[in-house]
Amino acid sequence: MSWIDIGHIDDIPLRGARKLKTALGCIAVFRTDHDEVFAALDRCPHKGGPLSEGIVHGASVTCPLHNWVFDLNTGQAKDENAQIATYPVRIEGSRILIDGAGIAARSAA
Amino acid sequence: MRQKLVIIGAGMASGRVIEHLIEAAPDAFDITLFNAEPRGNYNRIMLSPVLSGEKTYEEIITHDGAWYAENGVTCRFGEKVVAIDRQMKVVEGENGHVPYDKLIFGTGSNPFMIPLPGHDLDGVIAYRDLEDTERMMQMGEGRRVVVIGGGLLGLEAAAGMAARGADVTVVHIMGHLMERQLDEAAGYLLKKSLESKGITIRLQANSKEILGENGKVKALLLEDGTELPCDLLVMAVGIRPNVALAQEAGLAVGKGIHVDDQLCTSDANIFAVGECVEHQGAIFGLVAPLYDQAKVLALTLLGEEAGFVQKSLSTKLKVTGCDLFSAGDFADGEGREDIVFRDPSRGVYKRLVIQEDRLIGAVMYGDTADGSWFFGLIKDGTDISEMRETLIFGPAYQGGDHADPLSAVAALPPEAEICGCNGICKSTITDAIANGATDLGAIRATTKASASCGTCTGLVEQLLQVSLGDDFVMPTAQPICGCCDLTHEDVRRLIKSQELKSQEAVWQELGWKTRNGCHVCRPAVNFYLLADWPLEYQDDPQSRFVNERKHANIQKDGTFSVVPRMWGGITNPTELRAIADAADKYNVPTVKVTGGQRIDLLGVKGEDLPYIWADLNKAGLVSGHAYSKGLRTVKTCVGTDHCRFGTQDSTGLGIKLEQMLWGSWTPHKVKLAVSGCPRNCAEATCKDVGVICVDSGYQVGVAGAAGMDVKETERLADVATEQEAIDLTVAFIQLYRENAKYLDRPYKWVAKVGLDWVKERVVDDLDERARLIAAFELSQSIYRKDPWAEHAQQAGRYQPLADLTLEAAE
Ligand code: SRM
Ligand SMILES: Cc1cc2nc3c(=O)[nH]c(=O)nc-3n(C[C@H](O)[C@H](O)[C@H](O)COP(=O)(O)OP(=O)(O)OC[C@H]3O[C@@H](n4cnc5c(N)ncnc54)[C@H](O)[C@@H]3O)c2cc1C
Ligand code: SF4
Ligand code: FES
Repeated sequence: MSWIDIGHIDDIPLRGARKLKTALGCIAVFRTDHDEVFAALDRCPHKGGPLSEGIVHGASVTCPLHNWVFDLNTGQAKDENAQIATYPVRIEGSRILIDGAGIAARSAA
Repeated sequence: MRQKLVIIGAGMASGRVIEHLIEAAPDAFDITLFNAEPRGNYNRIMLSPVLSGEKTYEEIITHDGAWYAENGVTCRFGEKVVAIDRQMKVVEGENGHVPYDKLIFGTGSNPFMIPLPGHDLDGVIAYRDLEDTERMMQMGEGRRVVVIGGGLLGLEAAAGMAARGADVTVVHIMGHLMERQLDEAAGYLLKKSLESKGITIRLQANSKEILGENGKVKALLLEDGTELPCDLLVMAVGIRPNVALAQEAGLAVGKGIHVDDQLCTSDANIFAVGECVEHQGAIFGLVAPLYDQAKVLALTLLGEEAGFVQKSLSTKLKVTGCDLFSAGDFADGEGREDIVFRDPSRGVYKRLVIQEDRLIGAVMYGDTADGSWFFGLIKDGTDISEMRETLIFGPAYQGGDHADPLSAVAALPPEAEICGCNGICKSTITDAIANGATDLGAIRATTKASASCGTCTGLVEQLLQVSLGDDFVMPTAQPICGCCDLTHEDVRRLIKSQELKSQEAVWQELGWKTRNGCHVCRPAVNFYLLADWPLEYQDDPQSRFVNERKHANIQKDGTFSVVPRMWGGITNPTELRAIADAADKYNVPTVKVTGGQRIDLLGVKGEDLPYIWADLNKAGLVSGHAYSKGLRTVKTCVGTDHCRFGTQDSTGLGIKLEQMLWGSWTPHKVKLAVSGCPRNCAEATCKDVGVICVDSGYQVGVAGAAGMDVKETERLADVATEQEAIDLTVAFIQLYRENAKYLDRPYKWVAKVGLDWVKERVVDDLDERARLIAAFELSQSIYRKDPWAEHAQQAGRYQPLADLTLEAAE
């Protein structure tokens, strides 16, 4: 794993998200009310809605376009047969780190 | 050595079998997959969303070429199997032979075509595969379609084409739609909602002949002589298992291919799965049992013990806006008992059928949230005698590990206000109950609580239940969402009476079942808090839908639109130049004049928003809030300034109103208009508030609508001065802000509380009017400002968190 520093935890609003530009396309980085962070592809499998613009509740996000709800732990959509790709991220101190290898590996696949 | 497994038909059932096999034992079989359709496995049931445009075909493919290649499945797509030699154990495809050790039939079924004269004309199709779907997708605006069959498939076909603008008629032979899954009441509601989508439905209609012209379908002729002209005729009247090939091969066949519990046919090396089989006299038409079969067949092939058992089934219709659910057996019968719940105003109907303390059937229309819970009770044969009283209200009312919906009310202090209209506190009501008032009517008569606008009815009923226990049967009320047990109205009242001033207080005190709500309840709660406690509570952008958080409307491609305010529809060359410059500078693809008398810049990139706003701000342009549940536009006409008929300064009044009201958050959006005379060029009579100027003054109308519903305003009052017109408007909007349910436009709210109730407060009671105006002003001291100016300062928030494109590429 190769952890890349992508910002301070407070750069993301509580119960919010920001976009991260990568070679894969945009990745949404989420911060929950409990200061957990999650990362997932910023593209809803339904019609491509930007999940980083959705409402974050518990450890889930609701797509802003047609309200599909995704569990950020697994990427699984609630009541839909769909999934979003998730990526390893973690907090160190107050910095957010994402696994660069994870992103590169998946982009190559 | 690997066994050779040949599969006929790449359908939903055989697709599952392959998945199970590859998952459990990737090396056990050499698989060859034939399919008559020129493609592999896709999710056939999702053809309806493809038809209606909600999904694309690509989205419903379950296995693509890469998947078959990766898993070593030999594909022979577009090739029909024409014969089987069971002695030689060889399958004969159109392009050659393949030997097998084990063979699976997954040939599905054929749509049944009624042999009416003309059924072979061009333009007469079934609804089964992608080709049929594509044919129907060509039916748009101006095309006429007749669908024969008012069952699941026919209705999905009809709704899909209607969504594309086609003029669709459904012809059904029975007395109500989907008679096999629905009872009459639910069938009636379904018909009503399909009709509201513009679909014509003819029940008890017998088809006689299909008429054509030059070999193409032209119309359907009914027994009663009616001719229904059409460009396409879809027959969706049922399916027949596809057994011809099995029959020719000499297998035992009835309605379908006979199989035992292991899905084995009369030949020990040949199996069948899916809609083509007959198991203990039954045939199948829904995927749930096929998936069970697939699991059993895969295990059987791998030498494991398994047996297929038929279970009861449930049905849903995949038509947006028609929520129905049915399961089990719901015919009337000896020893059966019904529990029925109806709410005509919401179009909700629920019926449960009980026999010997077990739930055996359920039909629901309009609100199907509890469907799977009921289905579970049916399948498990749960004894429901303990929860019979509250069963129909669903799991939320069954105690157990769910929070007690009454605890919030039970915990209220005696002096807490329950009925805001009449200033009645909890103890007054509990005293009345102690003195013998045991139902809502009695409470209303003795205390006046809930006798006015009625929004506290839920709370009063809960107090009755807390006090009387089982002696009071609780009528049902719809909670906001699955996160809580309270209605919108209850939550509003409790926020006021318990003085809840933060989201956390609401979650905690009102027993929310989730950490911090969901996309349904959180925006509502955020609004209620800021409307009731403008100074104490701070608006939470993270509880707002993206448009309100970003102060721009998100578009389907993720870009945004920018609509600056044009007060009362008035603009000038400087503003227009600034808009033109901004459109140039930010490569705005579309500039449009809106229906609200202003200009929309569509297709702006999210990152550019703060910059375009800053540029527009420089010319004095501010946010038009075209995205908010708040004041949108105040349309005006030219009035006395120019028009020969104008009676008052309609433009001036419109501008004053807009400047007064802009920036405020409201339960839903609010639109106004002011016309200079009854010719009404500003269309004021269909607005949330509309003012018509007349010689004697101003006619203030409220609760109009011209969106999903169209409704004329109702007269709030006629007043002589402009100031009074402004005062009434402000007081009305504040009353709406304080009382309405989130996402009710004013007309819906007024329909609930009654115009008289509104007039009493806004028109007749001058003290209350003054209080409302003052409360609005207080709130506006925070919110009457331009959010664009504020956000233009935080341009960083609109940029990506980081850019890793370089790193990741290394
Ligand atoms: C831009 C505009 C159409 C236009 O090109 O003219 C428009 C565009 C949208 N309207 Fe509208 N409406 C526009 C005037 C209207 C009007 C006419 C009017 O205001 O006089 C109506 C009927 C009057 C009314 O509201 O009662 C109207 C009734 C609706 C409705 C139905 C509301 C209802 O209660 O029935 C919706 C849906 C909703 O709000 O839930 C809607 C929703 C929308 C949304 C916000 C859909 C969405 O959520 O994305 C559209 C945003 C487009 C975009 O991406 O920018 N729009 N919409 C108009 C903007 C006016 C403005 O200057 O702000
Ligand atoms: C529009 C639509 C909507 C539906 N909606 C629902 C729903 O909401 N819920 C639900 O539970 N069910 C629904 N169904 C029913 C469901 O799709 C079927 O029950 C299911 O697809 C049947 O699966 P199967 O594998 O038996 O057959 P199929 O999926 O029909 O597959 C059979 C395949 O075998 C091929 N084949 C046949 N004969 C040969 C041959 N001789 N050689 C080679 N190939 C052959 C056919 O071309 C076909 O591709 C719907 C069906 C349709 C058409
Ligand atoms: S409403 Fe009357 S005053 Fe206004 S423009 Fe029309 S005719 Fe003129
Ligand atoms: S694009 Fe996400 S729900 Fe439609």
